[in-house]
Amino acid sequence: MVLGLFNYWAVIFLMMIGLYTLIARDNLIKKILGLNIFQTSVFILYITMGKVSEGTAPIFVKGVEDVVYSNPIPHVLILTAIVVGVATTSLGLSLVIRIKEAYGTIEEDEIEDGRP
Amino acid sequence: MTHHLPVLLVVVPLVAAPIAALVNRPRISWAVAVVATLWTLYAALGLLSETMAVGAIHYELGGWVAPYGIEYVVDPVNAWVMVIVALIGALVTPYARRSVEHEISEDRIPLFYAAFILCLTGLLGIAITGDVFNVFVFLEISSLSAYALIALGNDRRALMASFRYLIMGSVGATFIVIGIGLMYVMTGTLNMADLANRLPEVASSRTIPVAFTFLTVGITLKLALFPLHAWLPNAYAYAPSAVTAFIASTATKVAVYLLLRFFFTVFGAAFSFDIMQLDLILIPLALIGIVTMSLVAIYQKNVKRLLAYSSIAQIGYMVLGISLASVLGLTAGILHLFNHALMKGALFMSMGCVMYRVGSVRLERMSGLGRSMPWTMAAFVVGGLSLIGVPLTVGFISKWYLVQAALEQGMWPVACVVLIGSLLALMYIWKVVEVAYFRECDPELGISEAPFSLLAPTWVLVLCNLYFGINASGGVDIATRAAEVLLGVLS
Amino acid sequence: MDDRVILRVGAKVLIPFILLFALYVQFHGDYGPGGGFQAGVIFAAGFVLYALIYGLENVKQVLPPKVAYTCAASGVLLYAGVGYLTMVLGGDFLDYGVLAHNPEHGQHYGILLVELGVLITVFGVMVGVFYAFAGRGRLDS
Repeated sequence: MVLGLFNYWAVIFLMMIGLYTLIARDNLIKKILGLNIFQTSVFILYITMGKVSEGTAPIFVKGVEDVVYSNPIPHVLILTAIVVGVATTSLGLSLVIRIKEAYGTIEEDEIEDGRP
Repeated sequence: MTHHLPVLLVVVPLVAAPIAALVNRPRISWAVAVVATLWTLYAALGLLSETMAVGAIHYELGGWVAPYGIEYVVDPVNAWVMVIVALIGALVTPYARRSVEHEISEDRIPLFYAAFILCLTGLLGIAITGDVFNVFVFLEISSLSAYALIALGNDRRALMASFRYLIMGSVGATFIVIGIGLMYVMTGTLNMADLANRLPEVASSRTIPVAFTFLTVGITLKLALFPLHAWLPNAYAYAPSAVTAFIASTATKVAVYLLLRFFFTVFGAAFSFDIMQLDLILIPLALIGIVTMSLVAIYQKNVKRLLAYSSIAQIGYMVLGISLASVLGLTAGILHLFNHALMKGALFMSMGCVMYRVGSVRLERMSGLGRSMPWTMAAFVVGGLSLIGVPLTVGFISKWYLVQAALEQGMWPVACVVLIGSLLALMYIWKVVEVAYFRECDPELGISEAPFSLLAPTWVLVLCNLYFGINASGGVDIATRAAEVLLGVLS
Repeated sequence: MDDRVILRVGAKVLIPFILLFALYVQFHGDYGPGGGFQAGVIFAAGFVLYALIYGLENVKQVLPPKVAYTCAASGVLLYAGVGYLTMVLGGDFLDYGVLAHNPEHGQHYGILLVELGVLITVFGVMVGVFYAFAGRGRLDS
């Protein structure tokens, strides 16, 4: 059971690391990195789901019958989700830059304490 | 053209946004935004009247047939939500011209309008689409532009508020993606109608309840239901006034619509409420949210933050109506979507007028405004009466239906909590009214009434509050039909 | 200047190949991994490499920020423009089949055009993000 479901274990491992970093770390950039790791775990979930056993890459091969293809839909969905993740990360980082310019620090507890 | 109306509703603002960004002159970008929002209002009203007459409208994108391609489905539920979003957008855009010039630096104004129109596109797209992954894409479009809009606020705390909203909102959206992925694994389709057909046969596996849970947590995070509301108060308080007026009236409503869509259309009321026992979780959370958030609102010194906490309480009302899962309960919840948009839109717009003239929305700076800004504070008072649920205002109608729905199921404590919520709303509205009308204002400050272009949209919403409070039949008909569609009483 | 020679010469040799590779990825999206987004990022990476080696002012002369932001908006307009064109020609939104005399060629042209739109937007956004981050808060050159 452990080896057959290896991809799900990897997903859960990454998801927990991502969520822990996001919640427990005070540094704003580490929070963004935690979000990224969390999103990456979801990508792995989708992509490993798309693999059909004995399936080849989902590119149409002309002239050959009964080829088993892997499912291309999760790849398309994940491409969209990766772009969304990139946009979120760049937006988050630009916010961090402006927070640094406004507050002088990017540690969340120092910002909340109200350092001028 | 009417055949293409569902897609034109979304695509015209999608094209208007880069045009507003390219044009780079504040006034012209504003004009582009006005044209786009007026078009969306026209299209949304057209779709609503068509679907009330004809039934569900389907539009296939790219010519691909339904389960294989993405299709847009318009039925009374989402046509209603689209009208709400388009109406608020069309009212906030003329309001935004002077408000934004006052609060945001001039070189950023074209980008402000581009982000604003993109947010509108995203919200309309979430409402109209019939494909669950498309929901995620539009959800992220609207959320990312909302994060950018909130960060444009004057105060530096707007940056931190936007960052916190970004982190929490992205976690919520990723949970939604996980839920969608698990559903896709089990059924092999992403189309909502097809999922509704295929889910019952796989519902007994362990994956579907997990998918349901992930979706619920993700959507309630976007909704700001009680324990997951931490991003909302600061985001609403420190954003620019036009942004708060728009987002407070639309973003959470569309998330409520998403909840309705997933619980009733995709999973089905039987699965959601009988098997997964969702009402056991949502009703207590909604009740706690109503009482605690109204209590916290009483102690706020920043009026926008007060209204933000009040919004979380009102969302509790909506979720309460939905969790009762009867035709009356759903009607109450769906009606409250519209009514809350009208109420909070008017309230936040009047606060924007105050910000324009006074420069601050803190309670201590608002002494005596009842005399120096009579029209603005009158708008606030009517909005506040609506929030409390005084008869003749639109808030009364939804509270009435909510109490009826609770009593119909014999839940006396729920009806009592609804009334307690009204009492608490009276207390925090009275706080503001007391400062504005019963204290002296400082004549040296020279505060005059807000300009006409800010007052006119505010008063349009106020008059809608009163009109739909007196003549509620139109809204109630649409909401009842929407509730019947969702519960499958009328297919 | 001495220890930078390798970097400068290496970049001069590599950057044209990076840009060419981006175009390869763009056009082979239907038959292999690739497509608009990946191509846009690789194309932008070429410019970022140039900025890292030769300096921000030089790359801003090659590609002014205005052009980058205009690209970001224009790609979206191209994509939506293809959709409008298909509606005008009688199909549904983004129904590529009506773009040419038979549906197969129409699909080919449609996908080519929308991927071009995606390339332009992603390239503009990536370079724009780099410009926005790179130019801030530097006291030395």
